[in-house]
Amino acid sequence: MTLLHRRALFGAAAGAASLWAAPRATLAQTPPPAGPFRLPDLPYAFDANEAAIDARTMEIHWRFHHGGQVNGLNAALRDQPQLAAMPLDQLLMKLNEVPESIRTAVRNNGGGNANHTMFWQIMGGRGGEPTGELAQAIAQDFGDFATFRTRFTAAANGVFGSGWAFVTVTPAGRLGIVTKPGQDTPLMDGQRVLIGNDVWEHAYYLRYQNRRGEYTANWWNVLDWSRIAARYAAAKAGTLGV
Amino acid sequence: MPFTLPPLPYSTNALAANGMCQETLELHHGKHHNAYVTALNGLIESKGLAGKSLEQICAEAGKSGAEGLPVLNQAGQHYNHILFWQVMQPGGGGDDLPGALKAKIDSDLGGLAKFKEDFKQAGVTQFGSGWAWLVIGNDGKLKVTKTPNGANPLSTGEGQPILGVDVWEHAYYLDFRNVRPNYLQNFLDKLVNWEVVADLLQKGGMKSGQSA
Repeated sequence: MTLLHRRALFGAAAGAASLWAAPRATLAQTPPPAGPFRLPDLPYAFDANEAAIDARTMEIHWRFHHGGQVNGLNAALRDQPQLAAMPLDQLLMKLNEVPESIRTAVRNNGGGNANHTMFWQIMGGRGGEPTGELAQAIAQDFGDFATFRTRFTAAANGVFGSGWAFVTVTPAGRLGIVTKPGQDTPLMDGQRVLIGNDVWEHAYYLRYQNRRGEYTANWWNVLDWSRIAARYAAAKAGTLGV
Repeated sequence: MPFTLPPLPYSTNALAANGMCQETLELHHGKHHNAYVTALNGLIESKGLAGKSLEQICAEAGKSGAEGLPVLNQAGQHYNHILFWQVMQPGGGGDDLPGALKAKIDSDLGGLAKFKEDFKQAGVTQFGSGWAWLVIGNDGKLKVTKTPNGANPLSTGEGQPILGVDVWEHAYYLDFRNVRPNYLQNFLDKLVNWEVVADLLQKGGMKSGQSA
């Protein structure tokens, strides 16, 4: 475990840690279970998405918000070795098989873990437009890229309160736009996620405050369409996870 | 315009020493609350709200389920914020409550300490955006509840709120980042205007005085 990881786990576990310098009392607390789920490393530096998201927001979002959800999921599954051994996408697709006493915790923390893992993965790029098969799919299902972008952005701006906008992808490669409240994910409906944008206020408040529309417009400038194309290919091959 | 943004009962920097900075209040009141008022006014004609009080609109929208949400989102948030501004003050909070309010909390909620824990817990566990409330229930007893997004105890039919705390991230993100429990503790320790809460208890709830 890297130092970065350890700090993330302790900081998020305490929930009350001051942001930049966790007090000693925090570090003395019993850490949450170390697994099986782990906060994935960001695939780029905190400032890699500066064209849409400032480095401070990236760090807080990843370290504390996502980190807290990883810890919360591990804590919820502490006494459920069979569920804890399941891949996260399978767990979320079978939420109704999770014991009722921990179902909400698994839904919120597991959904948050899946959503954020996807979210970090599809960014770090320079925006632009997709090419090849994915571009064709967008043209087929939305007319053209500009229409697709407009419709997705409107969906994201229209989420009242905390939630996400997603593009779903079927095994046949067809695309759709859906929104979800909280940390719900289309995986809970048995659908695969191509991309999603986080419109919880924590995703944009430090830089954009109440101006969500500026955030959702700028967000397109940091998408990595090569990574998204890989997710599209995986969805068609039946190998896409969260 | 029928619905209006009420002025804050204190300046935007009045709570800065108590954990709610000027920028938070400027944005929260001047941008967020104001946007709800503007949006609600825009719905009056299309949703047939003319002549109805804000309270009536909240209750009716709440009964309409998903169909009522477009109205409830704006009307509920207008009502919720009107209450929220009133129940805070510079140097508020603490354990020195007016007698009648303290006695009522003792008898209905097991004492002030337990109430504060339950109220904080309601705020912490309201996943995503929403509110935690102290409500005069329909049976006349106080209770602690929580609601998501723009809903409130009028729209759920649970009773009359006399204290509410906003747990949308915009209420605390500039001051407390992700640490919502500290925001709630600070609200109880340094911000609550117990005199206003006691007054609302005595009156049986808040009358916004606003209608379409």
